[in-house]
This record gives sequence, C-alpha cells and structure tokens, in this order.
Amino acid sequence: MNTVRSHILIGMDAGTIMAGARAVQAELVQEIRKQGLSGEVAVLETGSLGMTGMGVVLVVYPEGLYYGNVTKEDVAELVEEQLLKGRLVKRLLLTQAPKRFIIKRERTGLMKEQPRVVLRNCGLIDPESIEEYIAEGGYEAASKAITKMTPDEVIAEVKNSTLAGRGGAAFPTGMKWEFAARAPGAEKFIICNADEGEPGTFKDRLILEGDPHKLLEGMILAGYAVGATQGFIYIRGEYALSIERTEKAIADARSFGILGSNIFDKAFAFDITVMKGAGAYVCGEETALIESIEGRRGHPRNKPPYPVVAGLWGKPTVVNNVETLANIADIVKNGANWFRHYGTTKCAGTKVYTILGHVATPGLIETEMGTTLRDIIFEYGGGISGGKQFKGALVGGAAGAFLGPDMLDVQMDFVNLKEYAAALGSGAILVMNEDTSMVDMLKSVLHFFKHESCGHCVPCRLGTTQLVEIIDRVAAGNGTQNDIDQLLKTAGVMKDTSFCPLGQSLYMPISSCLKYFRDEIVGG
Amino acid sequence: MDREDAIKTFEPKQHNILYILHELQDKNPQHYVSKEDIEAVADYLGIPYTYVHGVATFYTMFSLTPRGRHIIRLCDSPPCHLMGSASTLEHIKAKLGIDVGQTTEDGAFTLELASCLGVCGVAPAIMINEEMFGKLTPERLDAILEERRNAI
Repeated sequence: MNTVRSHILIGMDAGTIMAGARAVQAELVQEIRKQGLSGEVAVLETGSLGMTGMGVVLVVYPEGLYYGNVTKEDVAELVEEQLLKGRLVKRLLLTQAPKRFIIKRERTGLMKEQPRVVLRNCGLIDPESIEEYIAEGGYEAASKAITKMTPDEVIAEVKNSTLAGRGGAAFPTGMKWEFAARAPGAEKFIICNADEGEPGTFKDRLILEGDPHKLLEGMILAGYAVGATQGFIYIRGEYALSIERTEKAIADARSFGILGSNIFDKAFAFDITVMKGAGAYVCGEETALIESIEGRRGHPRNKPPYPVVAGLWGKPTVVNNVETLANIADIVKNGANWFRHYGTTKCAGTKVYTILGHVATPGLIETEMGTTLRDIIFEYGGGISGGKQFKGALVGGAAGAFLGPDMLDVQMDFVNLKEYAAALGSGAILVMNEDTSMVDMLKSVLHFFKHESCGHCVPCRLGTTQLVEIIDRVAAGNGTQNDIDQLLKTAGVMKDTSFCPLGQSLYMPISSCLKYFRDEIVGG
Repeated sequence: MDREDAIKTFEPKQHNILYILHELQDKNPQHYVSKEDIEAVADYLGIPYTYVHGVATFYTMFSLTPRGRHIIRLCDSPPCHLMGSASTLEHIKAKLGIDVGQTTEDGAFTLELASCLGVCGVAPAIMINEEMFGKLTPERLDAILEERRNAI
C-alpha cells in the first residue's frame, strides 16, 4: 500500500486561474503519474495562498515550500527535482514567502505567524469540499448553537465579543442582530453583502473563493439568532468563481442537512440563495442592495426605517458584510472572551487587508486590529518595490483616505482612525511611491465616482460632475486657488446633503488628499 | 421558442429579473438585451415595459445595443490607474481602431470601461467575456487580442 508522503496545495482563485493554474494542475497530475509517484504525492486544490501577482502559486508539504510563477513548462523539472530527488528548484522558490502565508503549524524563526480567524482555512483546505471544512472543525459552532444555546444566548455572545461590522460603518454586529430579533414580524431575512465594489478591495472575493462554508455557517448562526428562515448572498456579477463555489457550498450543505428544515434534528429551518449582481457600485449600500434583490433599479432608500425593522420586502432584515459573518462561527464556538484577545482594547478582532500598488509583495493578509500602516506595508507587503520611497497610501478604496508618511505609525482600528474609520472596512491598502502624481490619483478617484453616481439625488449627480470638471482643469495645470477651495466646498455640501453614503463619502478622499498633499495639488 | 423557454426556467417573480436579463443576454449571440427581450420579460413578470427597461439600463453589465463576440472590459479604477491602465486603454483603442463603447467592424470586439474587477494584484487588468487578464504590457495585449480575434 502506498502512503502519501507529500501534498501539493495549488492556490485556485480568480487570479491564479488567470495565470494558468488549471493547466499547471493537470500537468502536475500527469507528470506525477509519469514519474511513478501517483500513490506518494497528492495534488490538492485550495483557495488563495495569500499572494497576488506571482502567477500560479503552490506549496509543497510537509516542507512548506512555496513556489511561484509556475508554468506548465516548469512542471516536469519541479516534479523530478522537488518530489523525486528532494532538491529545491531555486529559480521558482518564493524566498520572500513571507509571514503572511505562514499558518501556525509552519511557523519558523524568521516568519512571524499571522493571527488568522477569518482566513484560517484559506489556502489550506479545498474550498469545494464540505468534508474538509467539517474536518477543520466546521459547523461545530452551528451545531453547538442550535442544539445547546437559545437564540438570545447567541446574540449575547456576539454582543460580548464587541465585533463591529467589517463593511465600513463599524456598527456593532450583536446590536444589529438584537434589533432585528426584537422587531415584530414572523418573517425575517439575513442578507450577506458580497457586492464588493470598492476599488482595490477583493478580500471578500478571496473569502468566498477560499472558504465559502465559513460564510454559510455565519449566516446560519445569524438566522438562528434573529429568527430568520431565509438568507441571501448578493454577489457581484463579475465574481464568476465566487458565485460558482458559493452555490456548490450551498448545495453540499443542503445534502448534508445543514441547510433546509430540521437542521441538527431541531425545529429550525434555514436556507440560502445566491443573488447575482449586474454591475452597480451603489448596490454595496445596504438599502440599494435590498432594492436590487427585489428586482428594481439599485436606488438607496430613505433611512429610517432601517433594514433591521423594515428591510427586504418590508420585513426585518440583517445586512452583514462577508468578513463580518466569517467571524461569527469562531466567536460562537470559542466564546466572546477568546475573540477579544485579538486586537486592541477598544476594537477587538482581526482585520483582513489587501495590499497592492507599489509594494514588493502584493497580496492578502489578516492581522490584529491596531496593526500600524507601517507594519502592513513594510513587513507584510515587503516594502516599496524597486527601492523607491513611500509617498502615500490610499486606504479604503475610492471612498477611502489618502494617508501621508506621518500616518504610518498610527495603530489602525476603527477608534484610532477616527475621521477615517470608514476607510478601514474595505481593507484596501493602495501604496504609492515617490513618483506618483497625487493630482492624477485624485482625478482617477473623482472620475470613478462620477461614473458610479446613480443619479437619484441632485447633490451627488451634479456634484460629481462639477468635481470632475474642476480636477480635470487642475490636472491640466490650469487650476486656481479658487478651484482647490471649491473642491472642498462642493464635497462638503455633498457630504451634508447627499441621499446615501456614496455622495457623502467623497469628502474623505478629497479632504485627506488636500491635507497631506495640498502643495502638490495646488501646484497642479 | 428559445427566448420563452429561457425565461420560463425562472419563477415569474420580480426578484428574478436580474437573473432573467443575465440569461437572455448570455444566450444572445450579440451579447445584448433586445427590445423583444424586454417585452417578453415585461409580459412574463406582469410589469410595464418601461420598468424592465429602467432596470436593464441601470446596471452596467447589461447592454441594450448589439456588441461584438468578445467584450473587453477595461478596469480604470484607481489601483489599475496607478499601474498604468490609461496607456493600456490607449493601446487597445489604437490597435482596434475603436473608442470606448464601440464595436470593431468585423464584429470581433467591443470596448467598455469597468469599475474595479477585484484582481488589483495584477493591475492593470481587463476582462474579456468571463476571462480575466492581468499584468498587461503592449506585447501581451497584442498576443491576447490576436488570439481572441481568431477564436469564435
């Protein structure tokens, strides 16, 4: 009998598939067979291994060696050297394979581990296998809650954890659930907001592609706590692989009796449906998203009433972000106190970030709340690429904040970032080097908003157009001091009078850009 | 008829409208939602024509005019912009001889702009139909476009 002595995990997400991961996988299987190693080496699919822009990435266990930019042509050599002869293929080895990829059991001296809660299974299990999720302790929290806890106890646990929404608004999740649970009405809904459209943000995509069951478990727990029987996951239409894997996960959970009726032999029924978006940034706003699910144009609604009172089809509805829900299972399983060990005293837990732009190793990481921007960029991101200097970072996507060098050492959490707190949710860290034109970047941001303004309210519709006219003039070198003042003034009016967060949020990138880079903007 | 069959795979409920429109557009060889499609959806769901038209025009993934076999969606959001998407756009325009929103004469390509595609690690990026392409250079673009032009 053959014993598998080596496992190859190949990262299979939208990015690596684009780089040819499926062809490499097929070639690997074939080559392993050809070299007579079939029974000894297993090739397994997993989600994102954390790095982006490094082509096809795979990791060889038990050594824990990371190989990147692997092509079909490299496979024969890789199998012969690494697997048959036990020698490294140095030209493909990722020596930088940094701490972000190191999960507890592969910890080495140089490589600090990441505190992984949300991403614990990402890059480790096969996201298309419910058995592997269960083997890693999956659905234990759902089982514990449904068989041993009352809905109120689940809410209390989430409240005590102080988990705050990871979509951007940082509203306490437990409180949101309690409002919905207390709201009158027999029919209630749970919606997962996976309409991830904030430029630079793809953490939710990688969670869905890497560990979809974790999200389903979070939603089941939310449903049990609130008294809902139906959940919806609204996923961007562009995220084909996320939709595919989530739908498979739902089908598997149904066949295991984890979704449906009489879950865990209790009188609790819950099911989940995937809704596919069609390209509208504004649908990331929760009431616009609800309108879209109902089959309308994605225009935001008046608030109040809030969705927890009158949401989908007028019924009490909880809308949570993917990352928020992916925290729930561990909180229920391990308890609120366990969760509060992560992060700062005022802001518990971890945060998932995507690091991109001018950094040496762009990718996906999870760190504790309170990690500084400096650590994220220089430790995890490997510093500025090409030996250049750091100039600034756009944190939180287009609706985010431009931060200059003196913000590098601020502990990043919802409390410390104060006026920029909303930027933290998206987790996008776009790093810019010394050669970057800030006028050009601000111009790109404003053009983005002009395109995405839904046209529903006047301040946003006209305001975004005016802002684009001004920034185009400034970028062309024809700006005046008055133009700069007008940028802030217009954005300020939009902040005060726009109907929804889309129009309100432009003030942050404009004001922060002027705060740190005013001289450059004024100079055109 | 094809259209009716496609629509009937969904329950006649308004919340299925995006799914139905996606399905009709995907089935159309010219990748768009036609006037007849909108009429059929309005009939099936029992809602006014203008309502369905309003929904279809709101979402950028739907087109109400015929498009080429290959729809190029170029991301021009800030992360791709930082990594050079403006010159990528210029290159594609020059290579294909079309502007944003136009289709090449041979019906092979339509060029559109898209907001963040979520693959910023390999910026600048484009999507052609369902497939993503990143780390684009002029040479790589030329190779991709040539290969696509000949594909069906």
